[in-house]
Amino acid sequence: MTTMAKKRDYSLVGESTRAAIETGLASAEWYHTDVPRKTMKELMQRSDGPAIRDTVIWIVAIVGSAAGIVWFWGSWWMVPFLFVYGVLYGSSSDSRWHECGHGTAFRTRWMSDVVYHIASFMLMRNPVQWRWSHARHHTDTIIVGRDAEIAVMRPPDLLKAALAFTGILDFRYSLPTLVRQAFGTLSDEEKSYIPEMEQHKAVVAARWHVAIYVATIALAIALRSWIPLVLIGLPRLYGTWHMVTTGLLQHIGLADNVVDHRLNTRTVYMNPISRFIYWNMNYHVEHHMFPMVPYHALPRLHELIKHDLPAPNPSMWHAYREVWPVLLRQLKYEDYYLKRELPPTARPYRGEFHEVDMSAAAE
Amino acid sequence: MADWVEACAVDDVEEEDVIRFDRGGRSFAIYRSPDDEFFATDGFCTHEKAHLADGLVMDDIIECPKHNGRFNYKTGQAKGAPVCVNLATYPVKVEAGKVMIQI
Repeated sequence: MTTMAKKRDYSLVGESTRAAIETGLASAEWYHTDVPRKTMKELMQRSDGPAIRDTVIWIVAIVGSAAGIVWFWGSWWMVPFLFVYGVLYGSSSDSRWHECGHGTAFRTRWMSDVVYHIASFMLMRNPVQWRWSHARHHTDTIIVGRDAEIAVMRPPDLLKAALAFTGILDFRYSLPTLVRQAFGTLSDEEKSYIPEMEQHKAVVAARWHVAIYVATIALAIALRSWIPLVLIGLPRLYGTWHMVTTGLLQHIGLADNVVDHRLNTRTVYMNPISRFIYWNMNYHVEHHMFPMVPYHALPRLHELIKHDLPAPNPSMWHAYREVWPVLLRQLKYEDYYLKRELPPTARPYRGEFHEVDMSAAAE
Repeated sequence: MADWVEACAVDDVEEEDVIRFDRGGRSFAIYRSPDDEFFATDGFCTHEKAHLADGLVMDDIIECPKHNGRFNYKTGQAKGAPVCVNLATYPVKVEAGKVMIQI
């Protein structure tokens, strides 16, 4: 039984952290589908081609839509350009940040680093802090007290989840966080996953970000125009909805405190535009199981190992319809979760990690 | 005095690849570079306990399969976050088709 007697404590320096370390949930050995080394080596191969192509399209679309906003400023014709620019700036930057943070998007390292820093800035994420928080997310995926990137905690705060689509909460968190870090202060939680030798780099990065925002505000004042802020900073509000729509589905409503990504992570089939924006991170079980595989090879990996994975959700709509009743149930009974069923061809889950007594949830 | 031990046969490692070699409760990684030279390092990443032999060799870099941390496997140098601590390397020689490492 893994039923938790108490409310979950999501602090990274609290009781759950201690429990996760003591029980071996922290830094555990995770389940992997068997893939022959030769095949995996082929899948892991890096190439600059796909990412250069996608990045050129990305930059051209960003610059083009920004030009449209400026050109049609003050008329309704700028709305479609705002829509496109916002999603490119406030949502697709998340997948670029993610893939380039892993270093898998490009073969050439400096290209990954350049895109990583640009995307981090667009997202108001400290590039140093978030590199480390994401490493922790992969070590301890949805382990309570360890994972720094659990988007929806239990019991779920549905208002907070709904507001996430507007970017308001993230904006309210991210900007003051950057300012605090720019003044040289890292929180205890940040220090728990950023090694001491890297902490000064986080402060320097925050100062660069804040300096650019100050310069943007100064430019807006000098020009007596909102345009600089609509192009830099505010897209984090009006363009974030796609990132949240796709990103929430990664783990929401699924098991926590397990060491099998098939139980706590979700793969969802998506339309080609969302897959471009999201850089194939809809194949999320595959990504977590094999983070070395570049985004452009994830569809091939999916085909190779899907016999061992739960059936993917056929659409985002299907996934949200499936998870909604689970969230409502979790409001009363936070141990409840959506158990992903495996096909008969799959290796079974390790029983001790999913035998949570959910009978109380049926009451 | 460190001993020379047989780690594997030359043909056990493909060009630009790595294999795992365990001995005496320790784990090592044996590399074959694109220019057909052999190298050896500790088998586990210095960041977290992941077998480097499951990672990807690119030129003179080994990338850890867990968090994509990169090392130069010829020198052991950590190439940046999330790896900050260098990797131990070991002398290697090839004799009669066998890869020997000094540990």
